Amino acid sequence: MELNGRKIFGGTAKGEALVTEEGISFYGGVDAETGIVTQKGHPLEGKNVAGKVLVFPQGTGSTVGSYVLYNLKKNGKAPLAIINKECETIVAVGCIISEIPCVDKIEIEKIKTGQTVSVDAENASVKVE
Amino acid sequence: MKLTQKEQEMFEGKHGIATKKSMEILVALGEIFGAERLVPVTSVQVSGVSYANLGDAGLEYLEEMAKDGKVKVYTTLNPAGMDTENWQALGISPEFAEKQKKVIEAFAKMGIHTTCTCTPYYIGNRPKKGENISWGESSAVTFANSVLGAKTNKEGGPSALAAALTGRTPEYGLHLDENRQAQVLVEVNAEMKDETDFGALGYLIGKRIGNKIPLIIGIKETTEDRLKALSASLPSWGGTAIFHIKGITPNETTEPSERIELKQEDFEKAKQEMNDECEVDFVLLGCPHCSMDELERISKLLKGKKVKKEFWVAVARPVKKQAEKKGYVKTIEEAGAKFACDTCHVVAPLKGRFNCVMTNSAKGVFYGRGKNNFKMQLNTLEGCVEEATR
Repeated sequence: MELNGRKIFGGTAKGEALVTEEGISFYGGVDAETGIVTQKGHPLEGKNVAGKVLVFPQGTGSTVGSYVLYNLKKNGKAPLAIINKECETIVAVGCIISEIPCVDKIEIEKIKTGQTVSVDAENASVKVE
Repeated sequence: MKLTQKEQEMFEGKHGIATKKSMEILVALGEIFGAERLVPVTSVQVSGVSYANLGDAGLEYLEEMAKDGKVKVYTTLNPAGMDTENWQALGISPEFAEKQKKVIEAFAKMGIHTTCTCTPYYIGNRPKKGENISWGESSAVTFANSVLGAKTNKEGGPSALAAALTGRTPEYGLHLDENRQAQVLVEVNAEMKDETDFGALGYLIGKRIGNKIPLIIGIKETTEDRLKALSASLPSWGGTAIFHIKGITPNETTEPSERIELKQEDFEKAKQEMNDECEVDFVLLGCPHCSMDELERISKLLKGKKVKKEFWVAVARPVKKQAEKKGYVKTIEEAGAKFACDTCHVVAPLKGRFNCVMTNSAKGVFYGRGKNNFKMQLNTLEGCVEEATR
């Protein structure tokens, strides 16, 4: 299955999808040193975003969240790529400064956790195996 | 989005790496939010300064940008995680201080005035009505939009820095007049006599109408300090980064048909909700940083008295310098209160050091609870001094 959207930041990645229907606040919600989601009550609480194709509707919370993505990348704990329904400033800026491939305007409900996903952000395309 | 030839060159990297990265950020944001072009900005206020929020990677990013990045317009800086001179007296660790200094050095290398204040409008960064600017710091953004009539979205640290390094920002949101029009008429039927009333007003509007733009009616007179209190409170409690007050603020707006009323009892209840039960062990004034008028009031109240609790007055360093000439600083320090320049309780690493904080700031209540896990009490400037000295 191929899904098409909009490029936020270019690059390619292939990996296992980690999907949530809830927004993610990187500041205060994801541990920058481990990549583990710490936001209380979040469906992904306790899961690790490192090395995953992270799929969620959009970022929420403080704009400092962009720097959390950057911290994750530097610590080797960043997602391989990010797929959003509707990208906003925090995640967009975070992906640009951290050089994480990012695509939005994707029907994310068609992607399930555990599926292998190829992201070609330059061409704004996502292939689900 | 349409770029000029110069902008295209910046985007392609002909003006260096930091400029290229900045243009990538601005163009991506412009495309996400449907901007047609970039517009020149006259000033920038950069947030994301505290090492407590940036971490080592944030510091590394700034040092990377500082390699060849230089600001194109007048740019000032938000508060840091500590007083850059007096940090030891305020209990900051040497390890934190060293990292925080590196953050500030990176900003300075880019040509940013390392003012470290949330009130740039007191120290020379005071844009005029109609100017496009790019500011971070929600209280300053709301003050600039509403009280000064300048135009800015609520920027994050990297996007404001990108605007500083290119002199541009994408034209969307609050840069466009059609997005600055009032959406809800807020009728105030209550006595509005001090800064806590205006803090409560921001709290109530944020809770009742969320991010819709209010046109407030029923306020006959106010002061700039009270408008500052409203500017800080409104976005903290869920409101938007612009408000209008009929007869007071400078922006023209159409009158909306949707209407809410705020009565005296709403204000009483709001203030109750911002007061936790606890024994005060820390009193903080200056959120946002104190004006000269506020320093004068504090100094008059503290004259000849001694504070019996930890008491901080947060202020921009140049404002403190002016206050020294008038003798306010001496009076305040003789009473045992401490000045905290360049910082505040929202961004400093104070978690665990205090239990119960009294402040005259409704914004201070929100972030004291959320970021530092303090119990909070809201009182007037006079009430705060009384609590500290009794």
